[in-house]
Amino acid sequence: MAEIRVNPTRMEMKKLQGRYNTARRGHKLLKDKRDELMKQFLEVVREDKALRERVEKALELYYKGFSVASASGNPKMLKEALICPKKEGSLEVTYKNMMSVIVPEFSYSTSESEAAQSFNYGLAFTSGDLDVSLRELGGILEDLIRMAELEKQAQLLAEEIEKTRRRVNALEYIMMPQYLAAIKSIKMKLDENERGNTTRLMKVKDMMLEAQRRTNKQSDEEEPVAE
Amino acid sequence: MHKIGIIGDRDSVLGFMALGFAVHEVQGAEEAAQKISELVKSGEYAVIFITEDLAVQTEEERAKYKDIPLPAITVIPSSKGSNGYGMANIRNAAQRAIGADILFKDGE
Repeated sequence: MAEIRVNPTRMEMKKLQGRYNTARRGHKLLKDKRDELMKQFLEVVREDKALRERVEKALELYYKGFSVASASGNPKMLKEALICPKKEGSLEVTYKNMMSVIVPEFSYSTSESEAAQSFNYGLAFTSGDLDVSLRELGGILEDLIRMAELEKQAQLLAEEIEKTRRRVNALEYIMMPQYLAAIKSIKMKLDENERGNTTRLMKVKDMMLEAQRRTNKQSDEEEPVAE
Repeated sequence: MHKIGIIGDRDSVLGFMALGFAVHEVQGAEEAAQKISELVKSGEYAVIFITEDLAVQTEEERAKYKDIPLPAITVIPSSKGSNGYGMANIRNAAQRAIGADILFKDGE
């Protein structure tokens, strides 16, 4: 791990301490965010999974019916029959803020009139299977759109979770230990200086005492002469 | 007001015309990839459905639009039946988010 190189001063240590505290707070917040995102993501994915199972089953049924219908009719006629949709739907997109992830929400509204249950093609040239299969398809339309919405949400949330998880891990395993190590090394350096200072003082004191003793001794020796 | 598009082979997508979807018949992966980028760039589509077999082949193209809010590109089974690719997609998203495939083990 690359260490942060700093001057071993009290100023630097205080600065680092501040940064460490910020990192710790950020880490806690991000961790909470990740947990909440995860909760919402799991809800979305669970619903999506159930929905997808249902939709896939329904689509399978529809395809079966539709292939029978298309096999029994003239392909040109089939396209002609379908080209004019019976529903004029409009898809409105609104955006929702999900834990600061902007996700789309779709709302589908059909301008269904009283003729909604009928079809926009002549019944004379198409088979009954077509009616049945198309009704089936119409039945899962809302599910299809809901599924698209959920899957998009799941994708976007997954991306955000991944990002947040990286940030949490970077803070937890890189930034915070680095700060701690730097703070510790500064503290040790300062302590070392402190100890050096104390010993030096003690040594100086000893020397001064020694010098004083010597002068005392000298004056003691000189005293009898003066007597 | 947005459109719903569907990309796939003729048999799979024709019926969706009746729902008012914008149907785009394509043959082959290259054409499908081209269509995807064309539809996304037009900005008119909120949802684009694509059949599974084509989705498998256009993975790269779809990945570009994975992390933007619109459009939602959703995989549906084709007329040849489902090969489980759509479900695998959800599983991948879960794996990406959680880091492990826990959902589908205990969920079932």
